[in-house]
Amino acid sequence: MIRPKPNDRLIRLSLLTVALTAITVLAVITIFIFEQGLPVMVKYGLKNFLFGQDWYPSEKSFGLLPMIVGSLLVTLGALLIGVPLGLASAIFLTEFSSRRLSRLLKPVFELLAGIPSVVYGFLGLMFLVPFIRENLGGPGLSVLAASIILGIMILPTIISISIDSIRAVPDSYREGSIALGATKWQTVRMVVLPAARSGLVAGIILGMGRAIGETMAVIMVAGNAADLPASWLAPVRTLTSNIALEMAYASGEHRQALFATGVVLFVIIMILNFLANLAARKQSGR
Amino acid sequence: MNPESKKYREKCRQAGLQSFFRDGSIIFLKSGTRAGLLSLAIYLTLAFFCLLSFSACESTSRQNEIIIAGSTSIQPFADEWAELYMEKNSKVTINVQGGGSSGGIMAVKEGTAHIGMSSRELKEDEKDLIEITVAYDGLAIIVHPANPVDNLSLEQVRSIFAGEITNWKVINGSDKAITVVVREEGSGTRGAFQEMVMGPRRISKKAIVEDSNGVVREIVSRDRNSIGFISLGLVDDRVKAIALDGLKPSEEAITQGHYRLRRPFLFLVREEPQGLIKEFIDFVLSDDIQSMLPQEGLIPVKKITAAKGSLTD
Repeated sequence: MIRPKPNDRLIRLSLLTVALTAITVLAVITIFIFEQGLPVMVKYGLKNFLFGQDWYPSEKSFGLLPMIVGSLLVTLGALLIGVPLGLASAIFLTEFSSRRLSRLLKPVFELLAGIPSVVYGFLGLMFLVPFIRENLGGPGLSVLAASIILGIMILPTIISISIDSIRAVPDSYREGSIALGATKWQTVRMVVLPAARSGLVAGIILGMGRAIGETMAVIMVAGNAADLPASWLAPVRTLTSNIALEMAYASGEHRQALFATGVVLFVIIMILNFLANLAARKQSGR
Repeated sequence: MNPESKKYREKCRQAGLQSFFRDGSIIFLKSGTRAGLLSLAIYLTLAFFCLLSFSACESTSRQNEIIIAGSTSIQPFADEWAELYMEKNSKVTINVQGGGSSGGIMAVKEGTAHIGMSSRELKEDEKDLIEITVAYDGLAIIVHPANPVDNLSLEQVRSIFAGEITNWKVINGSDKAITVVVREEGSGTRGAFQEMVMGPRRISKKAIVEDSNGVVREIVSRDRNSIGFISLGLVDDRVKAIALDGLKPSEEAITQGHYRLRRPFLFLVREEPQGLIKEFIDFVLSDDIQSMLPQEGLIPVKKITAAKGSLTD
């Protein structure tokens, strides 16, 4: 057995301290959210929390269903917009554009990630919301507006991870496919994309994570009505907005109910991650 | 010397830490100090946070500081009063924080603030605090300036915000769906609106919810079909404050009690104010400050109490 040298032990110890600090922070946050949120959930019934449709904290009515549906809808909308756009951009930049163009464009896409979310929200409020209101009807502050803004916000994540995973596909695959008489597009569709699949799925999962967790931009463009949206043009409130919107003024059980919102969000993200990982593993196993 | 050798390890174990330095092995020295620096940095960070939390606890007990927290409707005014007061008394620091009416009430109860600010009446279980009314504020129902409607009855307003009237044509407007904009649960402005207009009725859950008076005004100023409520002091020419039962919300109408949507701005303290706190409250209630209020859209306390005496109800 090799005994660690004393200074190795010292390094190990300090690194362990650092690693433990990070894990401790995570543990403390988790415990804190559950400790604050669970009692009120138990008191008013888990069923009322998850399936109740009325959110009136001042009347002790804490139905989170509209917010749960809202979060899922807005995330779905963001993926519907962000995934096709992101994948198309990534395929273009890796397979169809000249090296020089892609070297120029990739940093531009990555720059999108550096724009603060409040700026996206502000632009949405100034341009997108009035556009929807005047051309499609409704108040403008809507599921659609939130989906479009989030769809744009998750683009850089999806694009850069997709580019990396498409580039990682060996050139011999492409050459083999072309040699068999496939066109460029057939090669991309039937050889490159299936080979890059796990990376593409990972990019989409990360994008989804960003979409469901985004708060500021969504508050600004979604309208935040705590009601099940009747259409894409109706206002909607997500779980994260519910917390951020009311945290400042909440006290007592209202405050605890916001922590309970956090608990629900926590569990939903866990489930989504689990499902996504499962899907990724299934595909790579095939 | 080969650091991997068994002899070397033996020596290190026997001689302990000192041998690193006597030995002169550069790799050793470097990584040793780096680890030391690392742990030092960690402890310094921890110590810093400890100190931070301690000073946060102690700051309420400092002699020449008053902490005021609560309603964001009152906050901008309180900021100004505090600045004026500090100009005159340079030794005193007044720290004005937000947090909302409920937050302010809690802060005084827990002792984290000396004075709490509330822009709604206290609930039954909060009545153990001492209330000092420092000003009155009107609540304006606002629409887009281009909206042809400029008068509504209280009952109509109630029905609109309850989600029963959903189209402007019902109240002599154009054939457009009404966009209702309200404040979020827990805000003093919403609490006051609920109490004075809605009574036991619920505000519709289809209503758009925003978290400040400013955003409500912004949205109403951009959407021709919207309606909302904000502090009268914040109404400007981008929105139109509509008349209620034929009465425009003006300072005079509010003072005389004709325009009903009026709420107090309260300062809350745990016990009878003394010393600095009393001096500051007296300063806010003094004619100097009170006479400035109308310019900012607020109504002085004295005018109301005088008018109240002359009213039969």
